[in-house]
Amino acid sequence: MSACSLHIRFTINGQQADVQAPPMKRLLDVLRDDLGLTGTKEGCGEGECGSCSVRMNGELINSCLVPVLQVDGALIETVEGLAIDAELHPLQKAFLECGGAQCGICTPGMLMAATHLLARNPQPSMDEIREGLAGNLCRCTGFVKIFESVVAASAMKGFDLNAR
Amino acid sequence: MSASPKTRADTPPDGHAGTRVVGTPQLRKEGVDKVLGRAKYIDDLEREGMWHGATVRSTIPRGRILTIHFDPRIDWDEFVIVTAADIPGKNHIHMIAADQPCLAADQVNHCDEAIVLLAHPDKRLLPEAVAAVRIDYEPLPAVLSIEQSETQEEVIWGPHTDEANIFKQFHLEKGDVNAAWATAAHIVEGEYRTGAQEHLYIENNGVIAEYSDDTGITVWGSLQCPFYVHKSLMAVFELPAEKVRVIQVETGGAFGGKEDYPSVIASHAGLLAKKAGRPIKIVYDRMEDLAATTKRHPSRTRHRTAVDKDGKLLAMEIEVATDGGAYTTLSSTVLSRATLHSTGPYVCPNIRITSRAWATNTVPSGAFRGFGAPQSIFAIERHMEQIARAVGIDSAEVRRRNFLHDGDTTATEQVMVEPVILDALLERALKESNYAAKREQFARENPHSAIKRGIGIAAFFHGSGFTGSGERYLNSLAGIHVPQGDKVRVLVSSTEFGQGTNTILTQIAAESLGLSYDDVEIVQPDTSVVPNSGPTVASRTSMVVGKLIERAGHQLIKRLQETVDLAESYTAQEFFAACDRYRDDRGTVESMCRYEAPPNIFWDDQKYRGEAYPAFAWAVYVAEVAVDTISYSAEVTNFHTVQEVGRVLNPVLAAGQIEGGVAQGIGYALYEKVQLKNGHMFNNQMTNYIMPTAQDVPPIHVSFEEIPFSHGAYGAKGIGELPHDGPAPAILNAIQDATSENFTTIPLLPEDIFVRMMARAQTPEIVSV
Amino acid sequence: MRGNPEGHELVAAASLGDVLARLAEAPGEWMPIAGGTELMVAHAAGRLNANKLVNIWGLGELGGVRVSDDAISIGAGVTFGQIRRHTTIAAEFPLLAQAAGWIGAIANQNRATLGGNIVNGSPAADAPPALLVYDAEIELISKNGVRRLPYCDFHLGYKQSVLRPDELVLALHLPRRFADHVQYLRKVGTRRAMAITKVALAATAIVEAGRVNEIRLAAASVADRPVRLLATEASLLGKELTPKILADAHEVMMYEVKPIDDIRSTASYRKQVGANLLDEFLRGLTGADARGLTA
Repeated sequence: MSACSLHIRFTINGQQADVQAPPMKRLLDVLRDDLGLTGTKEGCGEGECGSCSVRMNGELINSCLVPVLQVDGALIETVEGLAIDAELHPLQKAFLECGGAQCGICTPGMLMAATHLLARNPQPSMDEIREGLAGNLCRCTGFVKIFESVVAASAMKGFDLNAR
Repeated sequence: MSASPKTRADTPPDGHAGTRVVGTPQLRKEGVDKVLGRAKYIDDLEREGMWHGATVRSTIPRGRILTIHFDPRIDWDEFVIVTAADIPGKNHIHMIAADQPCLAADQVNHCDEAIVLLAHPDKRLLPEAVAAVRIDYEPLPAVLSIEQSETQEEVIWGPHTDEANIFKQFHLEKGDVNAAWATAAHIVEGEYRTGAQEHLYIENNGVIAEYSDDTGITVWGSLQCPFYVHKSLMAVFELPAEKVRVIQVETGGAFGGKEDYPSVIASHAGLLAKKAGRPIKIVYDRMEDLAATTKRHPSRTRHRTAVDKDGKLLAMEIEVATDGGAYTTLSSTVLSRATLHSTGPYVCPNIRITSRAWATNTVPSGAFRGFGAPQSIFAIERHMEQIARAVGIDSAEVRRRNFLHDGDTTATEQVMVEPVILDALLERALKESNYAAKREQFARENPHSAIKRGIGIAAFFHGSGFTGSGERYLNSLAGIHVPQGDKVRVLVSSTEFGQGTNTILTQIAAESLGLSYDDVEIVQPDTSVVPNSGPTVASRTSMVVGKLIERAGHQLIKRLQETVDLAESYTAQEFFAACDRYRDDRGTVESMCRYEAPPNIFWDDQKYRGEAYPAFAWAVYVAEVAVDTISYSAEVTNFHTVQEVGRVLNPVLAAGQIEGGVAQGIGYALYEKVQLKNGHMFNNQMTNYIMPTAQDVPPIHVSFEEIPFSHGAYGAKGIGELPHDGPAPAILNAIQDATSENFTTIPLLPEDIFVRMMARAQTPEIVSV
Repeated sequence: MRGNPEGHELVAAASLGDVLARLAEAPGEWMPIAGGTELMVAHAAGRLNANKLVNIWGLGELGGVRVSDDAISIGAGVTFGQIRRHTTIAAEFPLLAQAAGWIGAIANQNRATLGGNIVNGSPAADAPPALLVYDAEIELISKNGVRRLPYCDFHLGYKQSVLRPDELVLALHLPRRFADHVQYLRKVGTRRAMAITKVALAATAIVEAGRVNEIRLAAASVADRPVRLLATEASLLGKELTPKILADAHEVMMYEVKPIDDIRSTASYRKQVGANLLDEFLRGLTGADARGLTA
């Protein structure tokens, strides 16, 4: 058993992060344990539930499936980066107003998936919303108010995802 | 503090009779933290010097423990090891009975039963350590099904009498069933089966425990019922109440799966904490949570029903059997609810119900949303469909002819004194779902399509709150405290796990105090701080605990008006000023209320007769399905719900409950199967325990009728469990409409539909599967 | 999380040559890891047997989709998300784009690679049936050079292939001659997303005047590996699509496939549904114009 600790440097929500970690440590665990960013959750460890979803170099991924070696030099965005100071991201606002969060454990991953969806497709159809969120399991809502939240966010005036 | 003056006389913005806050879509109290990702669940928390715990579990379903071997390849000196011998108090988890060990000592009675606990500072080393503990057993014959348990050949629980293997049984008689058969125009029989179901909360079970000889044991956890855990820990650690403290932290879903199970995991963490002399965190991974924690009781229900030529029920003979797993846990109360819901929302003069909860050597079954009603409602609503067909009338009509109405009596001779509006619910459901037109359209199109469509109904009810005298026994206490400052605090042991406890109770407090929603906070459920307002189960929180808060609010205002001159109408500022005056005088501003039973609730636990529930919620659901004859898959394509749950306290939260419950019910019917091999769940990963994704759920439509219930908070009745009762039978009724096949078992998977369709193709006459 | 990160060595690679040198030096010792959608699941389950891993995620030589006049070459490191979004693949090889969209969900597609899907060798893998009916060629590379072979010769048995211990999959080459073929792909899973295949059928065909001039059929989860249904093809090739021929093909396929019972489904279900998919495809051929019909 060797696995030396490596120095990994990446950008997290616009800030530089430097961690010492074994290369096979999961990005999920680096976020939660090394950086104290506990917003990203573990629901299954198998890439099925999406509660660990973050964006890496602009792509939605399951952080439980990424060894931290591969994160070197990457841009990582988590739920903690959505709000700017005290201002909620439109999606966060929509989830709050539409009842898109019940127990809240799937919410961070769901928000990242929704952010990713709207960044690529600002006015998605219902089928596109369903597909965009298909990798994020919610056991509380039946997804209905999550869909409503995404629709509401996409309708918010002056909402330009690329500006954030 | 609210800016503008608020008085009782203000016109309510929601149009409801006299409320400003209740009935409005106030934002989730803890919602901001949740959308920010700031809400702290148990695995987000740490304590100084904390180690991690893990559990060694049995690999056989039944047997004597002979030896426990610790493989020398591990340096065991680094670990803290706990077995049953380390338990200071009683080696049992006290729910209803005291038969479930905290840790198996001499014998195991199910696969994945906890035997040894390990703790280590580095959680990464625990899995290998767990694998390095080997246990030698003398296997004993295992009983793995209801049928096997019923033979009573192998007694695995209870005395060696005719009560062997029976956790609980009920027998209920009304009228004269035997005489009715002779008068029947039709006698319809059926057997219906439901499988185990996993809660699949997205957050697994987890706790952190600390122990000191001075202060006793403290547990933080993902849990529904802090005082249940408190009671259990007192017994395991032989500690008085004041030396046990249980604190609920943000909980990522529960659905009943964190009602009784947390007492087990909390005891385990506590034992390790005591021996290690440091805090211990145990958080299960998905594989362990799936395999080792409670599931919904599987069931088998047999109906034999006499009806007249018009399809009116003359007699119902019902036999209910549930699979309770290896230990009692909550099997007796689940069986009670299953029994009391087994006749459906119908009038029948002659009823016989025999119900039994059987022991098997599988993981103990536990609470799960619906708590016996989904099992029973599935059976009766499927059976009503067969009755309709036998008599030659349609699905809606057979129900119309048998619905309970005001003044009718149930199986337990409870008179419906509150309005029963099933007819109106049915009409609205048929209208909103466009039932008749769809039915006709599908019948016309199906012959020319590989996709067979169908539409089906389920009519049902759900008793709100605890059965009979349960609430009297709980004797809940809850209330309001106003500390220095400008916020009111609600004190309850009721927990938030997504269903909206925090929001609803603060809305009620704000309403009854004449304040605004933002003036009220809710205190974290901590058994050393809050009173015992009972468990967060049984759809009782809004109705019962809410009522205590409502009363406490009115009580406080009255007190302030009588003692410190709070005016008849007042602003928030004036309210808090009055509280200050009261506090200066009396030391504290507090208003607590204890449960008071509604009048005329009499329940005979022996004869199983009387007012089974203080109130019922009522519903009619309509499911549309598409059955693909190429892949034999059935999908729900549309879903309409109409329900009456008393007053809707928060329309967004209420709709959210219905939508979520329907989605779970769809999973129960068509997707979720617990696969056991020798009593061990081997599909214990999310990749192979299948719940519906965002692409699988249909549009779900929610409508409420409101008939306020005077004994519930602002007219509310229970809502949380109701929506899980209706989907499965509505879906299978729709599948029968689509395919003419009578499927009687859930989960109904494509492989099952395939087997039936193949059999039908071979032998078109009646096939029994 | 049952895996211990400390128990595994994962090394970065400066280039593909670096990886190949490592594989040549110690064949079988180094497990390449790309998107991790298979290996990291095993790691979390405590079942990652590879102690030494070498990172091939992001290697430029394994990436890229190159379009030439007669073929499309897809690097083994290309993700399914990239495959879905590629306009030429979507236009001319829609079955592959479709299959890419059925892998897990968006987050999985952004990490799962074409090479990984093939090398993992599951008979349920999503890409292989499409690759098989597109006559794909697979290119393997080692320190000693490259070799190409028909993809249909790649899999030898359950999780066994011709891939040598010192080799990597470099690319898949798809001949650009299927744009006018009737194309069909259907996957039957446990649900609409995040589902492992119970049975899937891919097909490409040319039908002229009711006669089958070309036909390729491939299936997932009906054998120990992804397979071309050669016997079923033979029962159709050159034939007129009469009801009797369709019925015969159905029977041949029922006999040709050898599915098993497993955690997800049963052999008899897979057999019947596979044949139903064939029926659906063939009915579509007889009904519609023979161009561009995709299920």
